[in-house]
Amino acid sequence: MPRLRSNLRLLSPGLSPAFVFSFLIVLFALCGTAYSQVEAFDAPPAPATNVVLKDAPDDEGGAITIYWTLSADDAGGAMDVVGYEIRRSEVPHGPFETVKSVPRGSSEAADETDLENDVNYFYQVVVKDVSSETPSAVAGPIQAKVQWFNLGRLNTLIVTSIYIGLLLYFILHAKKGTNLFIRRIAGLDALDEAVGRATEMGKPILYVPGISTISDVATIASINILSGVARTVAEYDTRIIVPNYDPIVMTVAQEVVREGFLAAGKPDAYNEQDVFYVTTNQFAFVAAVDGIMVRERPATNLFIGMFFAESLILAETGASTGAIQIAGTDAVAQLPFFIAACDYTLIGEELYAASAYLSRAPLLMGSLKGQDWMKIFLIGCILIGIVTLLFDYEGFKNLFETPLMIFRQ
Amino acid sequence: MSLEFSTWLAALLTLCIFSFLYKDNPFYKFAEHLFVGISAGYWLCYNYWNMVKPNLIDNLCEHEWRYLLPAVLSAFMLMRLVPKIGWLSRWPIAFMVGSGAGLMIITYLQTNFLQQIRNTLVSLDPAGQPWYVVFDSLLLFAGVVSGLVYFFFSKAHTGVTGGVARVGVVFLMVCFGASFGYTVMARISLLIGRMYFLMHEWLGLV
Repeated sequence: MPRLRSNLRLLSPGLSPAFVFSFLIVLFALCGTAYSQVEAFDAPPAPATNVVLKDAPDDEGGAITIYWTLSADDAGGAMDVVGYEIRRSEVPHGPFETVKSVPRGSSEAADETDLENDVNYFYQVVVKDVSSETPSAVAGPIQAKVQWFNLGRLNTLIVTSIYIGLLLYFILHAKKGTNLFIRRIAGLDALDEAVGRATEMGKPILYVPGISTISDVATIASINILSGVARTVAEYDTRIIVPNYDPIVMTVAQEVVREGFLAAGKPDAYNEQDVFYVTTNQFAFVAAVDGIMVRERPATNLFIGMFFAESLILAETGASTGAIQIAGTDAVAQLPFFIAACDYTLIGEELYAASAYLSRAPLLMGSLKGQDWMKIFLIGCILIGIVTLLFDYEGFKNLFETPLMIFRQ
Repeated sequence: MSLEFSTWLAALLTLCIFSFLYKDNPFYKFAEHLFVGISAGYWLCYNYWNMVKPNLIDNLCEHEWRYLLPAVLSAFMLMRLVPKIGWLSRWPIAFMVGSGAGLMIITYLQTNFLQQIRNTLVSLDPAGQPWYVVFDSLLLFAGVVSGLVYFFFSKAHTGVTGGVARVGVVFLMVCFGASFGYTVMARISLLIGRMYFLMHEWLGLV
């Protein structure tokens, strides 16, 4: 004891041995605590638990979703988890290969890596910290399967069924000879006037069916209108020029114009060279059509179909030649230019209604009526939805969610 | 001033196209025919190397015989060159139009119908939200409903229907006006890009 006291005096001259002793005790205690914490930091993280496997819903197979409860060291504890690795094997005892990594705080992951349908798979969720890792218990087996019905699109199926039902009902109604009313559409009433003007002036009519493909709804509508225009043109003995951007559209346009002339009883007046392909380059096409407008000086220009940035260039050049111009498109960004530079413009739905309006064919009239009733259905849904929201009920609004989540829960 | 041949060619062709602003002339005709011819040739090559070869020829070379069906349909399209059997080209056209329209109906109903309804369903309850949000929601509701009434073809635009349709037209025109201004600005930027090419890359003035 006297020896210890003298040693303490040597360590800290001027301080009482009791103070130095107490200081050293506290120092050792602090070092011990720090050391134990370092030990805890190096310890492997707590494992992820409750690993649940589910085949991903509403897909063509090839995907499995893995859910788990976070490691105790992620949500709390040592808080040293850096992420999770999803490991997969076709047998429960491994070896397991890593198929996905997700950051800390994640409690689910989708495995879409080279999964075969109808094959058993086993999974481990491995919790990782800086220096070590802890695998969970092996979960499985699970198989990825093809779902033949996408429940997320059930609402689309219902709406489509209602729509097709309405169409069929009105088409049958129209075929029975019921007179179905359609209101006046100014742009379409002007078509006859426009063709007549070209005839009187002895000049051709220019018809541009847009610059999209034949699969585009606006192009299909345009081809329907071209059919009626071609027939009228043939009856008036006027020339029609149809430059095309797409070769398939050109093929269809040639067929339609030929049939129009045939229906008018003037097949010999049809000139296939007047329905031609230009190019599939947007502005080269515009340059060519502009050239046609200033050289051929058509009395009437019809721009009907899908248009993009070239709309104003076409319409302005046409206006500068003094032609009467009728445009129609469902491209919202281009409608303002046509409205500004053309005499008449078919806006969106009017373009689709045009073929029924011009031909009065029962099939088309019935389909137009069906579309109108669909709009009433839409307004009804909006009114009901607004009222239900006033009563803080979100269920009706969620029926229009895509994908429909209520079937997933 | 640039000494590169390609820059000079591009600049002179740009001026040829701009000359159309005065009137149709031989310079414009030259540039137009060159542009159309080159682009048609370019797209022919592009479609062969990016569509026909990777999607059809390569698959047939790997004995993927299901690609024979599109190959036959493509061959039918070329039958137009033989007037006697030209009617065969109607088959691929019918296939394209039918499948295109059928596939589009789902997309249209989802985006233009279901999503439209969902986005229009906004709370008009003034409790718990500022007045301008409620006003905004009211405008949205009135715009959508009156716009739909305008596109209703089964009733003449007279009386109440006519009044609501006129409100719809006002909404449409306001929308088109905004769209016009926005798009014109984008077009002006295209012009600026071209003028910058002439002034900077060609003449080196700026």
